[in-house]
Parts: sequence; structure tokens; C-alpha cells
Amino acid sequence: MIAIVDYGMGNLHSVSKAIERLGGEAAVTSDRVGLSQASAILLPGVGAFGDAMAALRETGLDQVIVELARSGKPLLGICLGMQLLFEESEEHGAHKGLGLLPGKVVRFQEGTYKVPHMGWNRCSWKQPNHELVAGIQEGHVYFVHSYHVLPSNQDDLVAVCEYANQDVTAIVARDSIYGMQFHPEKSGELGLMLLQRFIEVTSAVKKA
Amino acid sequence: MLAKRIIPCLDVKDGRVVKGVNFVQLKDAGDPVELAALYDQEGADELVFLDISASVEGRETMVDVVRETAGSISIPFTVGGGIKSVEDMQRILRAGADKIGINTAAVLDPGLITEGATRFGSQCVVVAIDARYNPEWQDWEVYTHGGRKSTGIRAVEWAEEAVRLGAGELLLTSMDADGTKDGFDLPLTSVISRKVSVPVIASGGAGQVDHFEQVLTEGCADAALAASIFHYKEISIAEVKEGLREKGVPVR
Repeated sequence: MIAIVDYGMGNLHSVSKAIERLGGEAAVTSDRVGLSQASAILLPGVGAFGDAMAALRETGLDQVIVELARSGKPLLGICLGMQLLFEESEEHGAHKGLGLLPGKVVRFQEGTYKVPHMGWNRCSWKQPNHELVAGIQEGHVYFVHSYHVLPSNQDDLVAVCEYANQDVTAIVARDSIYGMQFHPEKSGELGLMLLQRFIEVTSAVKKA
Repeated sequence: MLAKRIIPCLDVKDGRVVKGVNFVQLKDAGDPVELAALYDQEGADELVFLDISASVEGRETMVDVVRETAGSISIPFTVGGGIKSVEDMQRILRAGADKIGINTAAVLDPGLITEGATRFGSQCVVVAIDARYNPEWQDWEVYTHGGRKSTGIRAVEWAEEAVRLGAGELLLTSMDADGTKDGFDLPLTSVISRKVSVPVIASGGAGQVDHFEQVLTEGCADAALAASIFHYKEISIAEVKEGLREKGVPVR
């Protein structure tokens, strides 16, 4: 069972339905027990970084997530949920994140392109053999964000897309901590394949 | 590179798709959920539902449609029509819509844009603008109430204001082009798209594949929306995408 963290941010319905359609089990939860018993944790998120961290801290979920992730429980952050995995963000002031992965979240610089980065962009694999993407063809997925992640450790980068004249972080992974900047549940067939892969990877962990 | 989006729009009244729909493969051509799933399969990049229900019961039904749709498609969708308050937005977003569209309510109460953006994020708030050319002004004017009321507001200024207030995207309908099938309104679309920092969806006037290419290049639009030509199968989404790809326009 995959626990979807409910901390009052974002659209939990779509992602939980997507997991069910893929044959996985999903439960929306906001307590320590629910998260501890799950085979994996999914951290969604829409909205502002500071608000999200405040909501997690208020309920103590930030510490629960960090503890479980450090103990090896698979964790997938989606969109803002991925950004929260990092150390800090400059969205509306400086905010500390969960600090599970080294790096920071910065705003797209003003330029000739539109912000938010909204729509379907083509991902390319930086690590084609990574368990999350191996054997899956590169393609378009759906992004909506105004801030993006600069990971300190380039080895954590699994996929990028090109926007605003730079490589934008699309998928990150280290050990059993994963992040997707795009919305896999809104990204057609490719998105569902990536979500399916996460489910497979986490059930492999459970068996081991 | 970011792809240009092709977006079919479905008019829904009391939970049923209105405007005849020509899909033989549908069991029930009036079922918005089934039609949405079909468009998803056909390669639509996003969907827009326009709720034209006049009654409270009709609007309640829309929430059910949204919930069911969210569970059966894997592309984003926007719901517009009759949204007047943050509570209305919340109901639709919680049911699983990705964005809400506001039109008349935003003109009457521009603060609603900011409230929605603060509460749910700018990316959820699409401001829909219906514009018609005013020959006296030699400029475009905003209309509300489904195009029935002129407002005396200049469309370009309103677009900039809406973005300043927190709109994450604009859905721009040219009332002059709408229904003509002669092509999108390129001057209107390009003027507004160049002035604002957020994506612009062009709407009104699609009749053939070339029209999409024009509005997405010359018209500077980020996405193009159409209703009847897709519903009546005059052009398929696949044909539009293929045509765009041949012309070098990035599509999914």
C-alpha cells in the first residue's frame, strides 16, 4: 500500500486514482501509523513551498517523513513534493525544506519565456539505466511550476527537460528517495508508466 | 522544448455534453466522462469543461462529473462556468480538476483572482476573457455574461491586470472569430500573449489545421482550444498534431 501524505496541499484524488488504475493500493493519510505501515510514501504538493513546510511541521509530519525515508522506506515527491525533499527554497523568502537531498529550489529567471513553465515538455534521461526509467522511451510529460530544483549532486539527476535555455530537473533519485517535478498522474501514458515503475520498484523493496 | 497544446472544450449542462457530438464509437455521446477519456486517448493535451448549467442542481452534478473524470483520464483539465467564489473553486478542485476558469466573476470582483491564487496557487487560476473588437476604440473590449454584456474595459489592459492579480493562465476567446471557422484572431492573440508573462490559450475560429499553426506561431499562443470541429469530427486531434509537426511546431 502506498500512503499519500495529506497535509492539506494539492489534489490527492487524481494521484490516488492513478495508482489504483495501475493496480496499486493507495491510501490518503496524515498520521505516523499510516505512513509507517505503508510500503512507500508519496508526497504530493501544489502551492507555495513555505506554506507546505509550515503545514508539515505543524503536524510533525516533516520529522516522520524524514525518519522513514532515512530508514529506507521508499519516498516519491511529486511537483512541489519533490522540491520539499531539498534543503531550501527561495520561493517568497528563504525556507528550509526536508533536507533529504542536497540542493536548492530557485525561481526561473525573467526572460523571453513564460513563467510558470506550464505544459508538456520532453524529458531526456540523464541515467538511461536507472531503475525508474530503464527501458522506457523518453517523451513528453506535464509540468506546472515557477521554481525549479538545482541539485548539488549531479548523480542525483535522472531526467531533465529543456526550458528557459537550461536543463531543468525533471526526475531525481538517490537510494530510495525519488522526485518528479512533473505530474505523472497527468502525463498520459508515459506518466503512468513512470508511476507504475515506482510502484514496481517499491514492491520489490517490500519483498526484499 | 515545451510543446504547444491542443485543447478540446466540452460544454456541459446538467451533467450532459451539449452541442451534438459525432462519435460513433461512444456508447453515450452525451456522457462527458466517456468523451473526456476518448479525447485523452486521441492525444488531447488538456481538456476544458464549460459548465453551462443554470441551476444549483446542475452545478452539483458537475462536481460528480469532475470526480469521475479525474479518475478516468491522465491529462489535466480545467472547469469553468458559474464559479463565483473561493468555495466554488475549492469544490471543483477538491473533486479533482486541475484548474478553474473564471470569467464574469473575475471582472465583477477582480479580488477573486488573488484569493484563488493565494489559496490554491496561480497555476490553478485561469482567467477567461471574451473579447470583441470595438471599432470606435480601435481596440478590443471585454464582454461578460457569456458575451452578452459589454464592460467598457479594454481587453489588453484587463489581461495584464488579471496576470498582475495572480492569474496563472489566460483563456482568450475572440467573439469576432468564434463560430466563423475562418481562423483564430491572430492580432488579438499576439498582442495579449506578448504583453503577459503567463501562457495564453487561444480560442474561437478554428476551422482547419493551418489555423492552429498560425495561432501557435504568428499568434504567439501557447495553446489552442476548439470545440465543434473536434466534436463533429471535421478534424481529429491527431490530424492537427501531424500538421503542426510537419510545419515544425513542437507538439507532444
